[in-house]
Amino acid sequence: MSAVVTVPEGTDHPYALSHLDSLESEAVHIFREVAGEFERPVILFSGGKDSILMLHLALKAFAPAPVPFSLLHVDTGHNFPEVLEYRDRTVAEHGLRLHVASVQEYIDAGKLRERPDGTRNPLQTVPLTEAIQHHRFDAVFGGGRRDEEKARAKERVFSLRDEFSQWDPRRQRPELWQLYNGRHAPGEHVRVFPLSNWTELDVWQYIAREGVELPGIYFAHEREVFARNGMWLTAGDWGGPRDHERTEVRQVRYRTVGDMSCTGAVDSDATTLDAVITEIAASRLTERGATRADDKMSEAAMEDRKREGYF
Amino acid sequence: MTVTEQLSATTLLRFATAGSVDDGKSTLVGRLLHDSKSVLTDQLEAVEHASRNRGQEAPDLALLTDGLRAEREQGITIDVAYRYFATPRRRFILADTPGHVQYTRNMVTGASTAELAVVLVDARNGVVEQTRRHAAVAALLRVPHVVLAVNKMDLVDYAEPVFAKTAEEFTAYAASLGVPEITAIPISALAGDNVVEPSAHMDWYGGPTVLEHLETVPVSHDLTECPARFPVQYVIRPQTAEHPDYRGYAGQIASGVLRVGEQVTVLPSGRTSTIAGIDALGESVDIAWAPQSVTLRLTDDLDISRGDLIAPGADAPAVTQDVEATVCHVADRPLTVGQRVLLKHTTRTVKAIVKDIPSRLTLDDLSQHPAPGQLVANDIGRVVIRTAEPLALDAYAASRRTGSFLLIDPADGTTLAAGMAGASFAAVTGQDADGAALDDAEWDF
Repeated sequence: MSAVVTVPEGTDHPYALSHLDSLESEAVHIFREVAGEFERPVILFSGGKDSILMLHLALKAFAPAPVPFSLLHVDTGHNFPEVLEYRDRTVAEHGLRLHVASVQEYIDAGKLRERPDGTRNPLQTVPLTEAIQHHRFDAVFGGGRRDEEKARAKERVFSLRDEFSQWDPRRQRPELWQLYNGRHAPGEHVRVFPLSNWTELDVWQYIAREGVELPGIYFAHEREVFARNGMWLTAGDWGGPRDHERTEVRQVRYRTVGDMSCTGAVDSDATTLDAVITEIAASRLTERGATRADDKMSEAAMEDRKREGYF
Repeated sequence: MTVTEQLSATTLLRFATAGSVDDGKSTLVGRLLHDSKSVLTDQLEAVEHASRNRGQEAPDLALLTDGLRAEREQGITIDVAYRYFATPRRRFILADTPGHVQYTRNMVTGASTAELAVVLVDARNGVVEQTRRHAAVAALLRVPHVVLAVNKMDLVDYAEPVFAKTAEEFTAYAASLGVPEITAIPISALAGDNVVEPSAHMDWYGGPTVLEHLETVPVSHDLTECPARFPVQYVIRPQTAEHPDYRGYAGQIASGVLRVGEQVTVLPSGRTSTIAGIDALGESVDIAWAPQSVTLRLTDDLDISRGDLIAPGADAPAVTQDVEATVCHVADRPLTVGQRVLLKHTTRTVKAIVKDIPSRLTLDDLSQHPAPGQLVANDIGRVVIRTAEPLALDAYAASRRTGSFLLIDPADGTTLAAGMAGASFAAVTGQDADGAALDDAEWDF
């Protein structure tokens, strides 16, 4: 781990902060605001890089005390085994408490129906909402970033949700200075996005600087994949490949980690953090554009899902 | 240097843009993003596709930020949109505020965290009412750096006198409101003159392009030159076998510099102690500065909790229950005299009552309207507030972070108004903005 404060080059001022230090300080401030004002906060933890980064920042924010939040994972049933293994190891290592809301259980119980395309991302909203209600979570940390997608760009750091977790973008509270308003009625909760101002590149640079460990699928590896909708998908029980789809072994890595049915891999030979950062800095596609089928559905796909209570 | 180190050696600038669609704001923002190669292929394809569907020939770059269905349907920007881009020298967070709907509220929101504001004018029109409004909001919110971008220079034959007249008029007006630093740049956002690349048409201009200026303007330094302020967010007490006696006060330094060994006062109690240690997110340090998030340890075991303020013993703010301030009203329901509210200041939320609304301000000409009785959405006015508990409040002129507050409806948590303690404008009568200006004589409209 490098020094906490790096004075950036080219600035002769003794009290300059690098952009990573600025973003880190802002995120830590947000975590501490929530700890100070809410009764039952929870971190949404998928084992993806953004949630791993959130946990890392939370650990730093409260050290040497433990993180005063539990974790919630909405398990689609189509998760990468490497990611689940990482999740469980991390929970054990830091002595955290993990809640799991299972999409598979909802399907088995007949409360949710599998979609014809096999995509389970949109199915996460109900288990997520019900878990929040069941555990009476009042603040729910999400790893969403404003640079990811244009509906997310309109999201507040503190985003009020009603008892159905609905987001109403036209009735958001204006957010001024660093004064976050987390007041809410019983049954309502606040989604909190500490990484709002981070970009994909910031996330990777910070992970590299801090030496944060990630699941191996973020780095180039050999994998049996097949092409669908212009993306490389991993073969698996979730329903791929279909008869006419042919698998092949390619060197790939993942830029995002989600449901296996709609998260694509990209061709890559980036096996180290530095190589990944070089690759992203040169990429001409956003991570969602490159790897998420669900966001290609329509111009307002993310807005619609967010309105319904999605992450 | 590795790629990681290279990319990490940059600072962060938060800035806001103001101007209407007609001034070419979307074109300027689009060009900054496009020419700094921050618009990626799939985003551009989506914009081109959507523009074609609307029958537009050229890609409408406003669609990059208009993220909501209602915005795309109506062709307007409803809300502040945040955009992110980077050059090798700096990372930028741009708060792009719409020109018409809820104009004041949105620009105040965008300007509240901005270290720089870009005000656009059309070279053909010069300084108009709206320009004065933009200057007033930037001055009111104490944005340290203002850029006047005189756009559409191509439509006035790149003529220096046109630029000089507008720049002079604007600079005089903004300076009279106390804006400390104003930079005027002649540009053509459409043709690309002086946005990213220097113009080939304006030899008479020797200053920086917009992007050069954004890359080099000093940031955050203003914060560290002010007296130190440390609002306590959370008390860290592990009570574990490893750390049985650790007691740290977590917070983000709002302004100034803190050093180990320094004498401090804790407000509102007024008790004093000495900084025994500073933990800067995992590393013990001797010195820390705004806006770092740190944990302080003190030599004495005091009763300190969330909402308290730690400040240098020699330079602590006064504690008061009577607040005079300028507010921007941001809610749809009005704010009235006699109303009971919650006041959120730094990490402290207290009950309060609106004792008086002495005046309302029209931003166009800075005229004042005495005793309006209430403020409605997008109004700016003076208020007198009494709080149930004492606050360690600075003048907003001295510290944007510890001089600002929210008024909140206790019934449903709605944010009603954004407040700035003390005088509204810094230098109408030529005084400097050293923050000593809490008294009404200076500028109390």
